[in-house]
Amino acid sequence: MAVTELDAGPSFLDRLSRPKPLIVLAVLMWIPLTVYVMFGDRLDGYADTVLLPAIPATLVLYILGVRAFRESWVAVLGLSLVFFWLLMAVTAPYLPLMDPNKPIAPFTTPFSEKRDVFFWLGTDFKGRDMLSRVIWGCQRVIVWGVSATMVAYVVGALFGLVSGYLSGWWDEIISFFANVLLSFPVMVLFIVILNYLGPSGFNIVVAVTFASAPAIMRIVRGLALDIKTRDYVFAAQTRGEHPLYIMIVELLPNVRGPIIVDACLRLGYTTVAITTLTFLGLGLQPPDPDWGLMIRESAKTAMLWKFSYMLLVPALAVSSLILGFNLMADGLREMSLRD
Amino acid sequence: MSDQIPVLECRNLSISYYTRAGEIPAVVDFNLKLMPGEAHGIVGESGCGKSTVALAIMQYMGTNGAIVDGEILFEGRDMRTMSAEELRHIRGSKIAMVYQEPMASLNPSMLIGEQLAEVPVYHEGISQDAAMARAAETLAKVRLPDPRRILKSYPHQISGGQQQRVVIAMALLSNPRLLLLDEPTTALDVTVEAGIVELINEISEEFGTSMIYISHNLGLILETCDRLTVMYSGEAVEVGDIRDVFDEMRHPYTRGLFGSIPLPGADKNAQPLVAIPGQLPLPHERPQGCNFGPRCSFFRGGTCDVGKLKMHAVPGDDGHKVRCERFQAIDWERDLPKGEAKEPVPAGDIVLSVEEMTKHYVIDDGGMAFLSGPPRTVKANEKLTFTAREAETVAIVGESGCGKSTFAKVLMGLEDATAGKVMLGNVELGDLPVDKRDRETVSRLQMVFQNPFDTLNPSHTIGSQIGRVIRKFGVAKDDDEVEEIVYRLLDTVKLPRDFAKRKPRQLSGGQKQRVGIARAFAGNPKVVIADEPVSALDVSVQAAVTELLMDIQRENRTTMLFISHDLSVVRYLADRIVVMYLGQIMEQGTTDEIFAPPYHPYTEALLAAVPIADTRIEKRSIVLKGEIPSPANPPKGCPFSTRCAYMMSGVCDTQAPPLRTFQSGHQILCHLEPAELEAMEPVIKPKAAEAAE
Amino acid sequence: MLKLILRRLAQMVLIMAVSSLLLFAIFDTPEFKKRLAVQELGGFAVSALTEDSYQSWLAKRGLDVPFHERYVNWVGNILTGDFGFSFEKNRPVGPLLADRLVNTGILAFFVFALMIPLSLVLGVLAGMKEGSVQDRTISFVSVFTTSIPEIASAILLTVIFALGLGWLPVKSAMIGGFSFRELVLPVLTLVIYDFGYVARMTRASMAEVMTSQYIRTAILKGIPYRRVVMKHALRNALIAPFTLIVLQLNWLLSGVVVVEVFFEYDGFGKLLLEAALFPDVEVVQACTLVAVAVAVVSQIISDIGYTFLNPRIRFA
Repeated sequence: MAVTELDAGPSFLDRLSRPKPLIVLAVLMWIPLTVYVMFGDRLDGYADTVLLPAIPATLVLYILGVRAFRESWVAVLGLSLVFFWLLMAVTAPYLPLMDPNKPIAPFTTPFSEKRDVFFWLGTDFKGRDMLSRVIWGCQRVIVWGVSATMVAYVVGALFGLVSGYLSGWWDEIISFFANVLLSFPVMVLFIVILNYLGPSGFNIVVAVTFASAPAIMRIVRGLALDIKTRDYVFAAQTRGEHPLYIMIVELLPNVRGPIIVDACLRLGYTTVAITTLTFLGLGLQPPDPDWGLMIRESAKTAMLWKFSYMLLVPALAVSSLILGFNLMADGLREMSLRD
Repeated sequence: MSDQIPVLECRNLSISYYTRAGEIPAVVDFNLKLMPGEAHGIVGESGCGKSTVALAIMQYMGTNGAIVDGEILFEGRDMRTMSAEELRHIRGSKIAMVYQEPMASLNPSMLIGEQLAEVPVYHEGISQDAAMARAAETLAKVRLPDPRRILKSYPHQISGGQQQRVVIAMALLSNPRLLLLDEPTTALDVTVEAGIVELINEISEEFGTSMIYISHNLGLILETCDRLTVMYSGEAVEVGDIRDVFDEMRHPYTRGLFGSIPLPGADKNAQPLVAIPGQLPLPHERPQGCNFGPRCSFFRGGTCDVGKLKMHAVPGDDGHKVRCERFQAIDWERDLPKGEAKEPVPAGDIVLSVEEMTKHYVIDDGGMAFLSGPPRTVKANEKLTFTAREAETVAIVGESGCGKSTFAKVLMGLEDATAGKVMLGNVELGDLPVDKRDRETVSRLQMVFQNPFDTLNPSHTIGSQIGRVIRKFGVAKDDDEVEEIVYRLLDTVKLPRDFAKRKPRQLSGGQKQRVGIARAFAGNPKVVIADEPVSALDVSVQAAVTELLMDIQRENRTTMLFISHDLSVVRYLADRIVVMYLGQIMEQGTTDEIFAPPYHPYTEALLAAVPIADTRIEKRSIVLKGEIPSPANPPKGCPFSTRCAYMMSGVCDTQAPPLRTFQSGHQILCHLEPAELEAMEPVIKPKAAEAAE
Repeated sequence: MLKLILRRLAQMVLIMAVSSLLLFAIFDTPEFKKRLAVQELGGFAVSALTEDSYQSWLAKRGLDVPFHERYVNWVGNILTGDFGFSFEKNRPVGPLLADRLVNTGILAFFVFALMIPLSLVLGVLAGMKEGSVQDRTISFVSVFTTSIPEIASAILLTVIFALGLGWLPVKSAMIGGFSFRELVLPVLTLVIYDFGYVARMTRASMAEVMTSQYIRTAILKGIPYRRVVMKHALRNALIAPFTLIVLQLNWLLSGVVVVEVFFEYDGFGKLLLEAALFPDVEVVQACTLVAVAVAVVSQIISDIGYTFLNPRIRFA
């Protein structure tokens, strides 16, 4: 009997892989991290305890992710890269790292000791520990990047559904403004918006929304146009359902699949945008560590072979995160084609 | 005959596909011998492996398919041993193929001339000019008008029927020894199909080409082939001469197939169809022994479910073989499956009445009207007038562009009628969009859809989708009560109750259609519109779903509007028939009236076009010329005048035809005098020779 | 066909009108003007700006005229070729922008000259045999390179070829006149990031065509495989990449900003960023307007090209 009981029913991990537990885990991981990065300075002494629940949640999500992607090594590699940085982001306060903003010994090259301290990745021109800065630096990129992408998705999907489903004048107007925004080269749009609003994390969210939402809207609109010709939508219309009900219950769940791949790619684009904008001086501001900022601050002083590590470390870090997002998108696409 | 070399011979052919789930056998132990000039039909349902056989003969299996056993001999040589270059020389010149979807089979960005000319250029090395001349000649042979113009056209510029003639011309260019036809008419309208079938028959007579004709339609096979292989789940189950297989079938599956298609004489009350129980097994879930075992009424444990079954020759009939262990134990004369006769249901009062309903669309050019002239009007429905009574089945029959789906949209309140009235009881629906209708009116009118893959939302469970209808129409509010009704509905459509928790992708096509029916009947409707509810299903599943739909209708005394293009199904289940062509009703009357003279010329052609899988039936041959005109640009006068055999120029092509009324409401819209109409010969009649025997 | 072009042109004019209005309006809000005034009058805080000095600054800059008059005036000037005056560079914007656009044009020319053949050839090779080793290799390489943002590849290339090997100059300011050597790193940076994207799209298009039924028809017609690929597949498979490549012009105007700033190449992107940080409003407006114009025109070219290449639409 005992054996059959073990065999029967889905395993613990299977049960965790259902939508509701997944959402709970994602919230457990995400909310503390966001609160920590966006409002950490107002939490006083509690700041460090906030992140504690996020650590197990991140680990469990990673295990579930690997299980779900196990058939595609590409996707597992991508997932691992992304979760490596996520884990760094949530554990940064608890790791035995030096203060990322404290000048210790300027221009120390990697793997060398200075003033009785061993520096794995060396120090920058101000003498701040590179290892500590690169780990702390991922927090802001991840939090602002993901937040901006999420906001852009909510806005884009909303307009896309309305435009695709209701058609007519709604579509004409929404599509026209999307076309206007899409006519601005992305970086030009960023520069104009951030020049007007001023550089800050929240303004990056606004700028990314303006830049990405039109493209998302177009994708969702296209999907909605396709799905609304299906008979089940026809059935809902003929039983007198409200357009809002049809958009949310009949359409939205069916556009979810195709846009997940796009969302992964777009997370990559947003990460590029944030790093680049910060490098250009229009994004996140000093002194807190950030990859774009590390490049910006060292760009003038590190132009020597000996000091190139100051640029290489953040450049490789940001590339690895984006590679993670892109590989995940690739793996997801491959898996969706198989089924 | 016997000392001739067969054009093609398949010996013990087995083909597998390799997927992530492992090796999936698509075809097992397939044998076929095709003599010169012979036409061999392969018939079977989806997934039975019939198209795989055709592609294997072409040695085109994709990257994941392979011949795992047996051999394919073309004119005595094993094709598996041929080099790629040898194969290339055979393909397109000695063996040619015609495909199911002509539009997809032609290169969209190359002129038809280029696509045709390259065949002789590469196979015979003749010059481009000579090849073009040959192409023009061949186009004329497949009776395409104006070959010169077609050579200089792109595929999308000609109609579907013409595209298929181009594909056939392409296949004939090098005078092949063997022609493979893979469902060549499935994507076409019936009257266009009739033209293609006639052409195929002429080709085999004129050129003596051997043919393999693949189809799911037994009637088409009867019209085109000499011999026949019936396939089921990857195996040939019965092989023989057409007449032997049709008249003295010796495999339970073949007989089940004939029992589940509506042949003339079948009747929903007196002689209902007999469905084959169960459904097709998936390739990796095939049973031990006989694949048909679990669905077979003659199944005997220990005989039918052990080992690999072999083909057995039917004694006294050379060349007739079956894959059945018990075919000699079955009394084929006595054990005829019979449906249970039912009492006819008397029709009640008029429920739905349509009076001169007209729907026009105006094509809008997006505010650039000054560039395109005055806006064009599409006359989707023109003055439709008919009624439907309680518990009655009214069939609306027509081909593409006849306006049947527009009519459904107006009825359901998604479009407003341009003029005229649609009365449901005493509610006027014509200009009452669905959001202005009260809940009761909406719930009284429901629909069953055609495409099983589209009818259910893939994101929600079956239970929640049926439950939504129950709540929406106020049948029940309480959760437990709704669940109870959902269960009851699932019982009604003969699905297990635990399907309520499943998502649509876990269901087969037939099961999805059953859920669609349950959903339509959840709000206790008075009128159900069934839009080709079984045409996308496999033949053996069709009958079960049709019978189910009619049982529920009978029980609830529901009025059913059955939209279809298939006259044989309609003949079987309809009480009255409305025949539509380009937005107008050409003829309406009771089923008997429609199937007997007087006919409307269009109805006459339609009846002649439908292939019938019955050797005892004789049909007059009427092949319409041309194609169905676009509803955006209909002919002047009578819409059928461009294709009608009785066309009187100066009358039919200028004036709208008058409505002729015969006894008991049989109406025909035609310029011909009633006497001329009544003088028409019946299209379908029992064969004289055999009737005398 | 003509109808479509006219319709597109009308749309383009409308888009230009709306974006110029937006562009003019956001740099015309009181807060922004006050920030400008503070900057130009000397470094005190916005709160310390007196109403009088603000008003006199507005009058001096001609900003006291009603909004619509100034907008009409501005558009009129631009249409006659007068793009305003750069306070930072102390030059009329028109010639300044023209110089920089020529420089960016040179950069773009080499980027496209390298990127188009590279991405098309790789994409076609990968898509021809879906799932083969060459496909997997090319696909992985292209994911890899598109994952390195311009800023990172600029750093990697500089560190390897300029700082490490010393083959190429670190900066591309072209102080000693035009030099090909200085152009190599900016061009490579842009090509590395972009070719993967176009190659992947080409691959997808080619793979789709190769599995289509008309390719099966062509193969089963018995014509040589070479001809199947060259004549039947390519013609259809390259329609989508063509429009995509034209649209990359829009993308390039984004990419050049970071590359030009990093390599100190005097082009359009560097001009825009410097103007934005200064802020030199008329330069920002002029640059943005030109960028939008380029984007809109490339969109139209790609639309018309698509129609022209696709007989299904051309002869609809």
